[in-house]
Amino acid sequence: MSVPEYLLLLLGMGLVTYIPRLVPLVALAGRRLPEWLVEWLDLIPVAILAALLFPLLVISKDGESISLFRPELLAAVPTVIIALKMKSLSVTVIAGMLIFWAIGFLF
Amino acid sequence: MPGATTAWPIFLGYIPLGLAFGVIARNAGLEPWQIGLMSILVFGGSAQFIAISMLSGGASLASIIITTFAVNLRHLLMSSSLSVYLDKVNRKWLSLFAYGITDETFAVNLINFRKGSWTFGRALTLNHVSNFSWIASTVIGGYAGEFIPEGAFGIDYALIAMFIGLLAMQMKGRKYVLTALFAGILAVIFEMLLPGNLNVIFVSMLSATGAMLVLKKIRQVKNSERA
Repeated sequence: MSVPEYLLLLLGMGLVTYIPRLVPLVALAGRRLPEWLVEWLDLIPVAILAALLFPLLVISKDGESISLFRPELLAAVPTVIIALKMKSLSVTVIAGMLIFWAIGFLF
Repeated sequence: MPGATTAWPIFLGYIPLGLAFGVIARNAGLEPWQIGLMSILVFGGSAQFIAISMLSGGASLASIIITTFAVNLRHLLMSSSLSVYLDKVNRKWLSLFAYGITDETFAVNLINFRKGSWTFGRALTLNHVSNFSWIASTVIGGYAGEFIPEGAFGIDYALIAMFIGLLAMQMKGRKYVLTALFAGILAVIFEMLLPGNLNVIFVSMLSATGAMLVLKKIRQVKNSERA
């Protein structure tokens, strides 16, 4: 990716990140969104995260094969337990990395 | 300086994530200045990680920007909740405050506003102290990236582990578990049948809608059983 292209990407990403942060503060002080929309928006982040995560765990990097015995999925099991128990993002990330690293020596 | 001292868990928490981001971005071919500029302009952990994984997968500009938008839509809700406490603040200050709203600063600011012991000045300080930590650690990670061999310390897994952590923290009820399962399974099926980088957005909207309909159905059945 060329530098101008990259700058364009950042500008776009910056705008679409900033606007949802700003607009409700300015426009929505006091007012309420319709209930169904609040409920729907509330589910979107979980959906996005799962949609990103699951394929990374079970599909090979070339996208050709699917398996339940990939190191990514094996490492995910203890990582999920640690995440649920510790409730800390940084602990989860560090633990997950070390577990995956350790599993790498077994394969 | 209560704003700065209250920010310490966020400040510390951003350091390993920021370093990991910097290292991954460097390994994906970005220069440290490009990494710093992304952190300044975007300031959003999950969006930045996703952008890097899409960039290395050769995704188009438009698809990365649309995904960023979809990922950050949740800030609409956070910003709406915070607006209740900020109705006396003028727009210039609000526009500076909005920049620093992340999952973490939102959570800490909202809890303190609810306690009643919080001011706009403190909230703004907290946002910018957190922002500084993120920018600095991503750039440092970017410089360190050159010296860390590929795969060392399981750095390749940082992104997956972050997704797991973020997801696990949001499993606060049946509806989230249901949505996550819908989205995860659909995403795998789509990825195998017709890979494409708009899948994530499409699958997310489909599963959130699907989960809402299923929950509505369950509520209706329960209500009719009671009647």
